[in-house]
Amino acid sequence: MNEIFAGLQEAFRLIFTFDSDLIEITLRSLQVSVTALLIASALALPLGTWLAIRRFRYRRFAIVVLNALMGLPPVVVGLMVYLLFSRSGPFGVMGLLFTPTAMIIAQVIIITPLIASITHQAMRELWSEYHDLLISLNTTSLQRITALIWDGRRTLMTASLAGFGRGIGEVGAIMIVGGNIDHVTRVLTTAIALETGKGDFALALSLGFVLIALTLLVNFVIHALSRTERNSTW
Amino acid sequence: MVRGPLSVSLDSITVRRNGKLVLGPLDLDMETGGIIIVLGPNGAGKTTFLKVLHGVERISDGEMHWSVSNVQAREEQAYVFQSPIVLRRSVGQNLAYPLKLIGTVKSEISMRVRLWARKIGLEDALELPATRLSGGEKQKLAIGRALIRMPKVLFLDEPCANLDGRSIREIEALLREARLAGTCIIMATHDLGQAKRLADSVLFFLGGRLHEQGPASAFFNIPSTSEAQSFLNGDIIE
Repeated sequence: MNEIFAGLQEAFRLIFTFDSDLIEITLRSLQVSVTALLIASALALPLGTWLAIRRFRYRRFAIVVLNALMGLPPVVVGLMVYLLFSRSGPFGVMGLLFTPTAMIIAQVIIITPLIASITHQAMRELWSEYHDLLISLNTTSLQRITALIWDGRRTLMTASLAGFGRGIGEVGAIMIVGGNIDHVTRVLTTAIALETGKGDFALALSLGFVLIALTLLVNFVIHALSRTERNSTW
Repeated sequence: MVRGPLSVSLDSITVRRNGKLVLGPLDLDMETGGIIIVLGPNGAGKTTFLKVLHGVERISDGEMHWSVSNVQAREEQAYVFQSPIVLRRSVGQNLAYPLKLIGTVKSEISMRVRLWARKIGLEDALELPATRLSGGEKQKLAIGRALIRMPKVLFLDEPCANLDGRSIREIEALLREARLAGTCIIMATHDLGQAKRLADSVLFFLGGRLHEQGPASAFFNIPSTSEAQSFLNGDIIE
């Protein structure tokens, strides 16, 4: 219990003294996870919506695969990205291993299926509502996808937030591909793992509280921007 | 924009669902114009017939030809469903949507949205979420959204089912105005009173087949089949 209070105290101290290390790793966490979220959303939202409106031969199989990929073990993703970007790997020449870019790539792979799958579920419902109208208006596939994404944007915000939550809390994959290098690839989760290993529980806990606060803050900001509560009728 | 009224020719059309015949065989040559009421009891094939004409129902056998290409015909048509479908947007954005799809310029969209909002009595609700409207208002919005592109043919599938008298009167006024503006109304209903108030001509369906067609006055005064007479008498027919 003492360690929790000590952690809280340390968290307040770090935050209110604008600790430079804390600010650096917090910003890096945000940079990696928000970039991964934007890329993953750009891929997953149209993909999930397309799967909801399009009928093709292996559609069910594709949905099953997508749902299965939601449970992709991050450590395995990290390992695959490591092998692809290591010196002897096919993309080794790019020199991306142990950089924030490699961490972003790993996070994109992890969160894209999650966002796409939630999007697919939400868009299926909206598509059944809009189907007759959009067919009758002779819309193209692109126009249908655009209409569904726009009108379902508040639900899709939740899908993206779920992806962000998974990304920013992820440790296994980014530890492998980022290497937890101080001032280069250290983020909140890898710093927590490091401090726990060193036995500095107060600092680890304080970083944990900062991580939780950050996640809450991002959620509140996005909800405020989307005005979900005020216009909750849709 | 296609000039002159559209005409359509149906040649031995049938529609089957899960092996069951739901429409046809149907042969029909029809020139669109005025208000054509598609009458018949529930399950007569009225909705399927409208969907076939609109090109959104898969035809099992036979052929359908519009006097223009199918693509042009679709561009000149609009469809209003029994349960109004509104987009999860404001009333104004709902009205603007079909115009945006065809790349209408913003100033024109804005002008036509205001005009049609006034026509359907929703000029004060332009910024309101369409989902908050009453059933009658939603249906008027759906009709306004369908007519804003000024289609040559407007299909309506029982648009006044479950609506109160005032809403029905307002919708009928809209339809009469659209007819005067040159839009052909093809409307399915089993409401005889409404059919008598609006119809210029009637297509009477029963059991998936076209039983009778002709001018409204002739159909209502001297129907040529016993089934149509029974329907007009209010008897239960299948």
